[in-house]
Amino acid sequence: MGCVIREPGSSVRNRTASWRVFAPNVDRSKCVKCLLCWVFCPEGAIEIDEDGFTKVNYTYCKGCGICANECPPKAITMVK
Amino acid sequence: MIRRLALPTNYAVAYAVKSCDVDVIAAYPITPQTAVVEKLSEFVADGELDAEFIAAESEHSALSAVVGASAVGARVFTATSSQGLALMHEVLFIASSMRLPIVMAIANRTLSMPLNIHNDHQDMMASRDCGWVQMYVSSAQEAHDSIIQSYRLAERSDILVPVCVCYDGFVLSHTYEPVIVREKDEVMEYLPRIDRPNILDPDRPITMGIMALPDHTYEFKYQLVDALTKVPKALEEVDKEFEKRFNVSYGLYEEYMMEDAEVLLIAMGAMASTAKVAIDRLRSRGVKVGLFRPRLYRPIPIDSWREAFMKAKVLAVVDRAIGFGGVGGPLFNDIAALFANDRDRPLILNFIAGIGGRDVTVKELIDMINMSFKVIERGYVDKPCIYYGVRGLEV
Ligand code: SF4
Ligand code: SF4
Repeated sequence: MGCVIREPGSSVRNRTASWRVFAPNVDRSKCVKCLLCWVFCPEGAIEIDEDGFTKVNYTYCKGCGICANECPPKAITMVK
Repeated sequence: MIRRLALPTNYAVAYAVKSCDVDVIAAYPITPQTAVVEKLSEFVADGELDAEFIAAESEHSALSAVVGASAVGARVFTATSSQGLALMHEVLFIASSMRLPIVMAIANRTLSMPLNIHNDHQDMMASRDCGWVQMYVSSAQEAHDSIIQSYRLAERSDILVPVCVCYDGFVLSHTYEPVIVREKDEVMEYLPRIDRPNILDPDRPITMGIMALPDHTYEFKYQLVDALTKVPKALEEVDKEFEKRFNVSYGLYEEYMMEDAEVLLIAMGAMASTAKVAIDRLRSRGVKVGLFRPRLYRPIPIDSWREAFMKAKVLAVVDRAIGFGGVGGPLFNDIAALFANDRDRPLILNFIAGIGGRDVTVKELIDMINMSFKVIERGYVDKPCIYYGVRGLEV
């Protein structure tokens, strides 16, 4: 009632992946592990794996392409 | 002890707000409302009312500030008119959808252009579908008592909808009448502080003002629709409780000589008082005419309106607002819609009058009633909406 959410953490239920048209694809041979994509991703959809490489969580990635735009060595491409 | 003061409606409203022990007042001055908040700022400055008075930089900010204060559980008040209400428009919907029990006084004034500070109902009618409870009163005492009733209604856990009390600018706002001032201790017994489920409280954390997408928004909006349908019955109860304590009640509407009326005049606000004089004169000549004055205008108490109107032959609806480009004035549209599916129903005539503060006289109301009786003789309406009294236009 009244546009209220009574418990915290409910935004994880909002699967923003349903909005996605283009998905980011990280090319590990180009990635320099600078983590700028991790900083800029508005959905927090970029995770870091054991080797320090970035990995996209496709449950929440909405396909905005900000990561691809920010990546200095252009290691991320957006594919349909 | 009963305290009876000579007060204009603006002050009558301010005294009511003081007796309701409001916590936060945020407002921006605009004629003809200014005196309400001017008086309240005096009460606060003199220590007579322990409230935070926020002199906001605009009406948009004023209503936003009371939205915030209400969200943390404060009892809040604001007041406005005309352009100020128009500037609040966006926040009106936020307040009702967030289900905050805000109470606002509106001294009705026409909307620019031309720039005119005088009364008609165009300002509120432009915001009539904003999800607020809307009451139109016809005296300073009724305004005073309606403010008190409004808090009781708005704060009910089954309602939680903001309420505005509308009264005609200048005609009521600046006219002195004897007003019995309800004292704070008595009002507070009628209006105890109650806990609400929708309060921002660090001990019970919730998220307010959320975003929702197409899969949830409709349901949130329907909850407001549902709450509004409960308002007529709730207001009747609130009014009865008020009567027990203060010996006066107002009902959802006022009827005057309605019983056997063939022509039923329907008018809101101060104009209804003038209409009673017109009706007295015609009744003394045996003319069967009555008056229906809606007090609760949003939500419309559909069943009681229909029942009241069904017996008449012609409904003469006087709108103090224009429905630009539409079929008629806003009140006329509402009433016509009530009978959309009925074969047997009264004929409905619409008079647009009193625009921009122009007087609606007893003589003019008698003329409108006479025109309505001619419709009974004729048996049909050729022109439902009459722009009554426009210079240069023949009716
Ligand atoms: S496309 Fe947008 S949402 Fe998806 S990982 Fe990149 S920045 Fe995040
Ligand atoms: S911004 Fe590009 S280079 Fe930097 S971590 Fe992300 S993918 Fe790797």
